[in-house]
Parts: sequence; structure tokens; C-alpha cells
Amino acid sequence: MAKEPKSMKKQKMITDIAVHVFLVIVSIIWLIPFIWIIAHSFRGESTGMYCATFLPKEYTLDNYIGLFTDVATMNFPKMFANTFIIACFSCLVSTFFVLAVSYCLSRVKWTMRKPYMNMAMVINLFPAFMSMVAIYFLLKAMGLTEGNRIPIALVICFSAGAGTGFTVMKGYMDTIPKALDEAAMIDGCTRWQTFCKITLPLCKPMVVYQVITAFMGPWMDFIFAKIIVRAEIQYATVSIGMWKMLEMEYIGGWFTRFCAAAVLVSIPIAILFMITQKFYQEAMGGAVKG
Amino acid sequence: MSMKETTKPIAAYNHIGSTSLPTALKNGGIVIWLSCLIMGLGNFAAGQLVKGLLFLGIEAAFIYYMYTNGLYWLYMLPSLGDTATQEVWNDDLGVYVYVQGDNSQQILLFAVATIAIIIAFAVVWQESVRSGYAGLQVKRSGHKAPGFMADLKSLLDENIHKLLMFPPFAMIAIFTMVPLVYMMCMAFTNYSAVGDHLILFDWVGLQNFTALFDSTSAIGKQFGSVLLWTLIWAFFATFLNFFLGTFMAMIIQRPSTRFKGMWRTILSLTIAVPQFVSLMIIRNMFKDNGAVNTLLQSIGVLGQGEVFPFMTDAIWARVLLIVVNLWVGIPYTVMQVTGILQNIPADQYEAARIDGANVVQQFRYVTLPYMIFVLTPYIITQFTGNINNFNIIYLLTGGGPTYVGDSAGQTDLLVTWLYKLSIDKQQFNMGAVIGIFTFVVLAAVALITYRNSGSYKNEEGFK
Repeated sequence: MAKEPKSMKKQKMITDIAVHVFLVIVSIIWLIPFIWIIAHSFRGESTGMYCATFLPKEYTLDNYIGLFTDVATMNFPKMFANTFIIACFSCLVSTFFVLAVSYCLSRVKWTMRKPYMNMAMVINLFPAFMSMVAIYFLLKAMGLTEGNRIPIALVICFSAGAGTGFTVMKGYMDTIPKALDEAAMIDGCTRWQTFCKITLPLCKPMVVYQVITAFMGPWMDFIFAKIIVRAEIQYATVSIGMWKMLEMEYIGGWFTRFCAAAVLVSIPIAILFMITQKFYQEAMGGAVKG
Repeated sequence: MSMKETTKPIAAYNHIGSTSLPTALKNGGIVIWLSCLIMGLGNFAAGQLVKGLLFLGIEAAFIYYMYTNGLYWLYMLPSLGDTATQEVWNDDLGVYVYVQGDNSQQILLFAVATIAIIIAFAVVWQESVRSGYAGLQVKRSGHKAPGFMADLKSLLDENIHKLLMFPPFAMIAIFTMVPLVYMMCMAFTNYSAVGDHLILFDWVGLQNFTALFDSTSAIGKQFGSVLLWTLIWAFFATFLNFFLGTFMAMIIQRPSTRFKGMWRTILSLTIAVPQFVSLMIIRNMFKDNGAVNTLLQSIGVLGQGEVFPFMTDAIWARVLLIVVNLWVGIPYTVMQVTGILQNIPADQYEAARIDGANVVQQFRYVTLPYMIFVLTPYIITQFTGNINNFNIIYLLTGGGPTYVGDSAGQTDLLVTWLYKLSIDKQQFNMGAVIGIFTFVVLAAVALITYRNSGSYKNEEGFK
């Protein structure tokens, strides 16, 4: 290796430089929208979408303050609270569903096991928007689309289908040795006790991953919320509110506030996402080590 | 010792409980036959009072529902209702009063729900017959049939799947399966704003499906081009993402590349930020008076007042979508591929190098075959995901540009077209037809994948 000819060494250096320059350019492309939005959330000269320069000239905190104080037209704090509550409940329900289904599919032998898995696979192939209209009619028939019942309807929307999303969790539970369950059952544990005392603790990293993913759903979803909430803006989630801010009648006064809202929503989601990645990698290391 | 005595009949009971319905009917005798009519009779005879009452109660509730509501909806199902809401002169009051007519949409929904209830009842019914048979068998063998408390306890143990599966499955049945069946039914009706069939509509057979393939109808003339663009989009979005993402991952992976973690973090930022936020931002940046045009004007690429038609020209809008999708998708691919690249056995590269393979040949004959082997399911899932990729199209271009008179824009996928037809145009029947068609395309692709994927095959080994 030491006798590597000079021309090769030189060529290697050129490749290295080219690669790093390329990566810097790529990073800039990936970061531009974020830098742009953060910059414009502090823009001082105007509140509309149009800005004569790529980056603003004056910076101010007014957009953030306005977002929380000007609640007459668009109640952002309320929307934030709505989304938070809906996210908490749908996270609880869907995590329970996923855990229950995964445990039954991974650990218990029952006749409908295989048919259930095939059914879930088929259901997941339908475009979600196809049944959206029908779900709305159904919720309406149940009286859940009026007034303060809208949040319940949204929780149902976000968590009802959780029982088909078991693939990752079941795959993870499959890696836990069955001998552990058998040992516990010989010691007199019921299946419920093995579920609570053996399987759940061993699944911890995956449960955390599942909890956070389910919690993030309502923050990211937009279509379901839009159909269920319709014009009842006091029950809107953050995503609908932000969509509204960009509509013709509001965009002039609300674009910079939209940017501020985007920053405020993105920070917690980004942090949660980083946490899920950590736990996901931990989970991929296997349930029982050594 | 005493514990053994009590558990034994329960075990036998559970064993008998899993006998099939025909066996129970064949060996059951008169009580079991009667329990087909009066649910819970077998359980009463076996001394399982609470259980028997529960079954009887369910039967009573079912009959009551069918009598008061269910039969009416089923009766209305073939016609879907004919009476429109009318103004009728009321002599006593001296005013016109509205007489509520039929609402086809409601009739269809409740009829589908009633059918679901009947199916659920059938499941409970056969369970009751089998349970009565099991109880009687235990009693005949001289033991006491387990009581209600023992049944409840078994829900936490050997029957735990019944307890744990019930809530998730009930929710899926109510909020996924009933709506899906309902939407599929809609595809065979004329429920549409076209011809004013929003309140009263009828079954029309396969008419909507023929309209879809008839190139002279309003929907049919666009169907071909939307389908083609959907497939082109899915192809480019999947494979460009895959190859460029792999390329990027390999560049970061090179031994002499510095700050590996930093590059990966920068890329994964796009995943961390909610997609609707980043897509709405990008949409605004590429508008005619958006940031990109402003930037191009200020650096002199475009003259003052000139704009580049990112969103208003069909071809450029399509290119923009594919490029933005690269921006969205490459980080995912990098995350996926990085782990796999690290797993490729180093001795394969060693061997290739000794045989005199250069970097390109190493990629072609070692890296690529390995990755394609591992990632085929991932690629196909991506492909089906892209056919269904609603967010990026809807939030970025909204399907536009749309020519006057068209219902689908130039960048609409089948799913966004479905959404537009149902929500904006209220042509629910055509929306449902397109939904079914999308499903058929997806199912064909997915079936092949799942059957060939390792996880499906391993599943066969489940004991």
C-alpha cells in the first residue's frame, strides 16, 4: 500500500474532494426549505407570501406572538391543544390495539389467525381515501360529527384501523423465544400474566416506537381531519389550521405566521422522530440479547 | 389434589368447545337442536345459567333490532328508495309541510350495517350451539359444567385471543370493513351529482365500469391518461429514489468520507418534519410569484416579470413532482440502504478485487445483486405506496394544471382523482369505481410480493 503510485494517490484525493463538495451541495439543497421557513417565520417587513428577496431583510418575533395572541380569526393555541388531546387518546387506543393483535398473532394458536392476517393484508391494499366518505356518513349516522363530539370522531378515525398495522410489532415479538412464555406458564402464569410480565417488558423499545409513531399521526394527517371537521374550525387540528392560513383570504396576513406555526410544530415532531429512530435501532438489535 | 379435580373438566370442556358445528348438531340430540332456535337452551340444560341468559338476551336484542329496523332496511335495499321529499298541503294547519322522503345513501349504509350485524349474529349463534353442546357433554360425563366465572377467567388465559382480538377487530369491522363494502356497493349505483342523484339513486349494474373504459364518456376519456401517468409516476418515483438513494448512501459510506453522521442527520431532517408542512412550503416556493422565481429573477436568470412555469405547465409540473419526491424520498432510501450495505460480507468485495474488478464492476456484480435480493419487497412496497401517494400530489400541485372541462388535472393520480371526484364533484359512484380499480392494480402487485417475501414464507413455520 505504501508503494501506491503518486498518480493514484492524486486521483483519490480528487475523488475525495469531489465527493465532499457534492455532499455539501446536496446538504444545502436539503436544508434550503428549512432555512427559508425559519428565516421567514421571523420576517419583519411584510406578512404575506410575496417577498422581494429570497431571505427577509428585517427580523422580528411578532409572527410568533401574533400566532398566540390573535386568536379571533385563527385560534392556533386551541388547535394545538385539540391536536394534543386527540393525539394522546388515539395513541393510547392504537397502541393497545397493535399490542393486543400482535401478541395474539405471535403467541396464541387460534383458528382464525391466518385468515385474520390475510384479511388485514387485503384491507391495507385499499386506498384509505376510498372509504373516507363512507366513514364520514357512518360517523354522522352515529351523531359523532356535530359539535364537541368531533374530537371523538377524529380519535376513532386515527385509531380504528390500528389492528391491521401489526407487521412490525408482530415481527419483533416473534424474535422473543417461546421458551420464556412456556417457562412462565409452567410456573403458573396465565396468558394474561405472560403478556403483561414477559412480553410487554421485553418489547419496550418497540412499544416506545409504536407509541410515538401513533402520537405523531394526528399531527401529520390532514385529509381525514379536513373531511371530519369541515367548517367547524374551533375543533380543527393544527394541520387544518395551517392549511387555512394559506388560503386566499388569509395568506396575505398569515403567511409569516404559518411559517412560525410550521417551526413550532416541527420542533417537537422532529425531536420525537429522533427518539423513535434511537429506539427503532435498539429494537432492531433484537429482543433478547446474548 | 383438589385443584386438579376442578381444572380437569374445564380442560375437557374447552376441548369439546372446539368441536365443529356439524359434529355438535350430529351428536347433540333434541336439546341442542332446539337450542338452534332458542339460543342458550343447551347452556341452561347444562346448568350454565348466566351464559344461557347472555345468549338468549343477544337473540332477543337481535330479533328486536331486525323487527324494528333491520328488515326495513333490507326490504328497501333492492330499490334504494323511490319517494322524494315532498311538499304536502296540510288542511288542518293551513300550510305546506315537508314529508320526509327516502334517502338512498342512508338506506344503503344501514342495509350494509344490517348485513354486518346478521353476520356477527350468525357467529354468536353457532358459538352458542357449540357452547351448549360442550356444556352438556361435560355434564353427561358426570362433572359440573364450568360456571360463568370460570368462563371469564379463561378469557385471561387459554381464550385470551378472544378478549384481546375483540376490540381491535370490532373497530376494523365497523370502521373499515362496513365502509369498504358500502363504497364498493356505490360503484354499482348512480350516486352522483350528475343527473341530480344525490338523494335518491338506483342500482345501475356495471354501467359505471363500462363508462370508465368508454373513451367517449367524460370519465373514460381521461382514464387512460391518468392511469398511464400513475404508472409512470410510480415507476420513476420508486426507481429513481432507489438508485439515487443507494448512490448517496454509498458515497456517505465510502471509507474516506468524513462526518458520516452529519450528512445522514441532515438528510433525515426531511423525514422528521411533518410532510404536509414541508410540501406546503415547497409549493409556495415554486409558485409563479414564489421564492424560487424571485431568486431566479434577482440573480438574472429570468428577466423582471418573467416567470418559470413550474406549476402551470403540465410537463414541468410532472418533472417538479418527481424531483420533489426525490427530495422527500431519498432520505428514506438512505436510511434503509445504509444498514444493508453494512451487512454485505466484506470477503465478497475482497474476492472481486482479487479477480481484478474495478469499482464499477464491484457495484454491478456484488453490491447490486445483494441489494436487489434483500430490498425487492421494499421496492415493491414503495411502488404500491407511490401509486397511492396522495399527499405529495394533493399538497404540491393539487393535480393541476387542469384543462377546462376536465375532472382530472395533468398530474392527478388515480387516488387524487378519486378524491376530487368524490369530494369536489360529488360523483361518488365514479370515485368508488376508480377506488376498486386502484385496489385491483395494487392487489396484483402486492400479491406477487407477499407470496415471495421471506416473512410470508417463514410464517409457514409457525407452530
